[in-house]
Formats: sequence, C-alpha cells, structure tokens
Amino acid sequence: MSEKHYESYENMTEKQKNRTIWSVITASSLGTLIEWYDFYIFGSLAVVLATKFFPADNPTAAFLSTLATFAAGFVVRPFGALFFGRLGDIIGRKYTFLVTLLIMGFSTFLIGCIPSYETIGFMAPVLVLILRLLQGLALGGEYGGAATYVAEYAQPNRRGYWTSWIQTTATAGLFISLIVILVTKTSLSAEEFDGWGWRIPFWISILMVGVSYIIRKNMKESPLFAKAKSEGKTSKNPLKESFGNKFNFKFVLLALFGAAMGQGVIWYTGQFYAMSFLQKVMNVESAQVDSLMATALFLGTPFFVFFGWLSDKIGRKAVMMTGMLVAILAYRPIYDSMFKSVNFETKTVAANGITEKRTVKVHDKIATDSLITFHKETLYSDGTLAKKDSIVHWSATGPVMKDGKAEEPKVSQSVKLNDDTKWYLVLMVFIQVIFVTMVYGPIAAFLVEMFPVRIRYTSMSLPYHIGNGVFGGLLPAVATYLVTTGKEAGHTAWYLEGLWYPIGVATVCLVIGIFYLKSKNNNIHE
Amino acid sequence: MNGLKKILGFVWIAVALIVGYFGITVLGIPKITSGKQEDLVFGIIILFVLMPIISGGLGIFGYYSLTGEYSDDKK
Repeated sequence: MSEKHYESYENMTEKQKNRTIWSVITASSLGTLIEWYDFYIFGSLAVVLATKFFPADNPTAAFLSTLATFAAGFVVRPFGALFFGRLGDIIGRKYTFLVTLLIMGFSTFLIGCIPSYETIGFMAPVLVLILRLLQGLALGGEYGGAATYVAEYAQPNRRGYWTSWIQTTATAGLFISLIVILVTKTSLSAEEFDGWGWRIPFWISILMVGVSYIIRKNMKESPLFAKAKSEGKTSKNPLKESFGNKFNFKFVLLALFGAAMGQGVIWYTGQFYAMSFLQKVMNVESAQVDSLMATALFLGTPFFVFFGWLSDKIGRKAVMMTGMLVAILAYRPIYDSMFKSVNFETKTVAANGITEKRTVKVHDKIATDSLITFHKETLYSDGTLAKKDSIVHWSATGPVMKDGKAEEPKVSQSVKLNDDTKWYLVLMVFIQVIFVTMVYGPIAAFLVEMFPVRIRYTSMSLPYHIGNGVFGGLLPAVATYLVTTGKEAGHTAWYLEGLWYPIGVATVCLVIGIFYLKSKNNNIHE
Repeated sequence: MNGLKKILGFVWIAVALIVGYFGITVLGIPKITSGKQEDLVFGIIILFVLMPIISGGLGIFGYYSLTGEYSDDKK
C-alpha cells in the first residue's frame, strides 16, 4: 500500500503533482497557522489573563504565571520537538501532526473555558499552566512535521518554494491573532471584553482546528516516509540515532549553530523586539504600534515565498547568510534612525501647543487619600503629539512620604506620531521583516535536506525549536538587561545596547554558516 | 578550509566558556539570589536548561570541529 502510494506519486505528471502539492500545502499550512495563532493568542492577551488567573498580589499565582511564560517556550517546546519528532519518525508524519493539532486546539479552547481565580481559586492558574504547557508541547511537534511532510512531497528543484508557504504561517498566525483580538475588542464594550469577550479568540480556535483536522485527516502519508516504512527502513529509536550517533549529532549541532540560532534571533528582533522598542523605548501609542506592525508584517509576508523560491535557484546558504549579514550590518543604523525619528529636540512646539490638566481621584473610603494626575500634552508643528501623565499620591498633610522622602510620582509618557513618521517607521520595520524572510523563508527546506528520512522529523525539530524558542526567546530578557545597564551607565546610545545580543549571536552563526555549511542544496531521497 | 575549521574549533570552545561564565555569573546566579520569585524561575531555567544547551552545545561543536569531524572528507 505504502510502496504503491510512493510509486503512484512518482508516476504522476507534473500537473498532477502540482495539484497534489497544493492540497498538501493547504492542509499543512492551515494547521500550522492555527497552531501559531493559538500560541500567540495567549501572549497577546497576557494582560487580561493575568488579571483573571494570576493576581499580582498573590505570590503563588505570580509564580505560576512566570512558569507559564518561560517554561512553555524554553523547556516544553524543545521537549515537544523530541517527543513528537520521535513519534513522527516511527509512526509517520501525518498521524503525528494530526495529534499535535488536536492537542493545541483543545488546549486553546479549554483556556477560554476556565473559570477565573475569583471563582475557583488556585485551580484556575494551575489549569491554565497545564494547558499552556500542552500548547508548547504541541507547537514543538507541529512545525517539524508540517515542514517534513511538505518537503517530502515537493519536487527537488522547488522544495524551497513549496516549504516557504509553511514559513509564512508563523508571521500570518501573529497577524491573525492581532486582527481577531482587535475585531473582538471593537465589537464589544470594554466591560464586555473584560468580563467574557476575551474568551472569544480562544473559542474561535476550535472551529479552525475542526476544519483543519478534516482536511489533514484526508491526506495521505508522505510518499518518502511511506516508501521507507514499506521497505522496513524506518528507525526503531530515532532519538538514539539522532543524538547518540556522532555522525548525525554533529549535523544537529551544525543546524543549530550554523543556521537556526541566527535565524531565531533575527526573527525575534524583526517581529517582537521592534514592537517592544516602539512601545517601551520610544513610547509610541500602543494602537499605533499595533497598526504599523500589522502593516509591515502584511507587506513583508509574500517575501517568505520569494526567498524560498530564490533559494531553489541560488542555494539556501547564499540566501540565508546574506540575510544574516545585512541584518547584522543594518540593525544599529535602523534602530538609531527609528529612535531619532521621534526626537523632540529637533521639533518646534506649535502655537498654543501645550495643554495642562490636573485631576484628583479621591479614595472611596479615605477622603483624605487622593491621587493627583498632572496631565500635559505638547503638540508639535509637524503634528506629533506627546502626552505625559505624572501621578502623585497625596494625603491630608501633603505628599505621601516613603523612607523620609516624598513618594516619587508615577510617570507615563506616550507619543502619537504624525503620518510621515508613522510611514517611515512602517518602512523601518518592513526592512527588518525582509531580513526575517531571507533567513526564515528557506530554512525549512534547508533543515529537511540535512537529515535522512528515517530520523528527519526528530533531527530537524530540535535545532529549530532551540534556535527559536531558546536563542530567540531569550532576546527580550537579555536585550532589556543590556538597555537598562547601558542607561544606568550613562551611554549616549543606550537605546541601541539591546541589539548587541542579536548581533552577537547572528555573527557567530554567520561565521559558522559560511565556513561549515555546504553551498549546494542536498537531495532528500535517501 | 579543513585547517581553518580546526583552528575555529578553539574559538568556539573559548566562546562557550565565556558564554558559560557570563551566563552563570551575570544572569543565572543574580537572578536566583534576587529574592523575587519570578527571577528564581528564570534563574533556574538559565542555569539548568539554557546554559547546558548553549555553552555545552557550542563546546561540543567546537570539540568536533577541532577533531576534524566537519572536515570535507568526513561529510
């Protein structure tokens, strides 16, 4: 049966193969996109979830929240890659990534069904943590399966092009999660969204998973794996063969240090650090950040396919290493230019541009306890609007004292950009997304081609998830540390210090990639 | 090229040691001893998950490179 499937696929005309591969890509990409959507929904709604499940004043709940944040990415994703990779190499690609899809879908749906901490107490954060870990596990198993499945169907000279469709799903999943949340928020009042509306994006997942499951269920096993299985050439112990055998393990290390770790940090810099930099370092209004990020992601996504296609023509290594090199050289000038685009010292305050207000919020039960907000708005002649709120805690006798001194006011600032600056920043983020597409577009085909069919799922999944989950996932923590340290040390360009992490990691990866990787694309038919 | 790969093996082992040292002394231990619970989790993950992967993995990669495992005739 399996041998027949391989032969019938090999005997197809080019046109029939193209038709088959489109259905394979649809089934694989849709499922992978949903998995990324599910994974990002949790992150995008983290603030609401914290208030519902992880009250900050409760240390145990805060502890569980931290576990949910870090463990899902750093620990469980690579573990999922090993667990499901092994299954995929023993049982088959198709059944394994059907299981990961179902685990992800049900976990996401159930997160949307859990009663809040107020209703069921500690069971709420514990259940959320378990489901979040299951999400990480499923994501760890999904990507390798989808990439391997598509690659094993694709013609050798178009493998980069076909697998690049899988590569669009991570960005598209992030984009769709932002859109679904935005639509839900705008369709409901703030109270409704806070009360129950936040659950809708989680519930929507089950519908998408249902559709994707039906499509995937009707697909056949990958022809290369089916052939290997019918000939008894599949591995009995893929973990031992991948990591216990020096010949294979050295390629796992090469895949990680020569490609995946650089790709991971460039992916996180272009899509997450750019967002965080706009919000936290430049203080751009959150709604503007969302819209300009969504625009840049939308415009950049087709380039995943372009660079996947290009990698078939000139080689995966050439495309990925060029992407890494230009990113390394361009990051500091780009971020410097972004930061200076909102430099108030070079702007002129418009006539009557300053508005100041003072509001007092008196504590319900203690009439003498109040919060005084000093609100200042400065409108510049180019249309940029800077807002600053300083909140001072005031008692009957004057400012509230702490350690013998008046309590520091809480200051929050935000900037509303004019249209020109907004589009300039879209361009700057778009350029970074192009770097992402250069390194990420061809990587599925590249990883698949590094390993033989019998251990492919296991061997390619681990470096991918360590590169992205660990090296990429560390970026926010390390970059924040570097920025804070640079600011405290009084560096003039403190806002660029966080970039040393992606630049350093990508540089090591680039050197390893240039000297150790082969320039020619490999054949995967062994 | 094979000779260069062997020399680079020393570089990767040195980088692994430097990353391990800074990972433990600058990120790992200060996080564990900060007294904050969220830092404790992150510190444990850095010391017992990330450092073995990053520093250990790069060290083994450097060793393989040094011993000629990535030479063209062995691929």
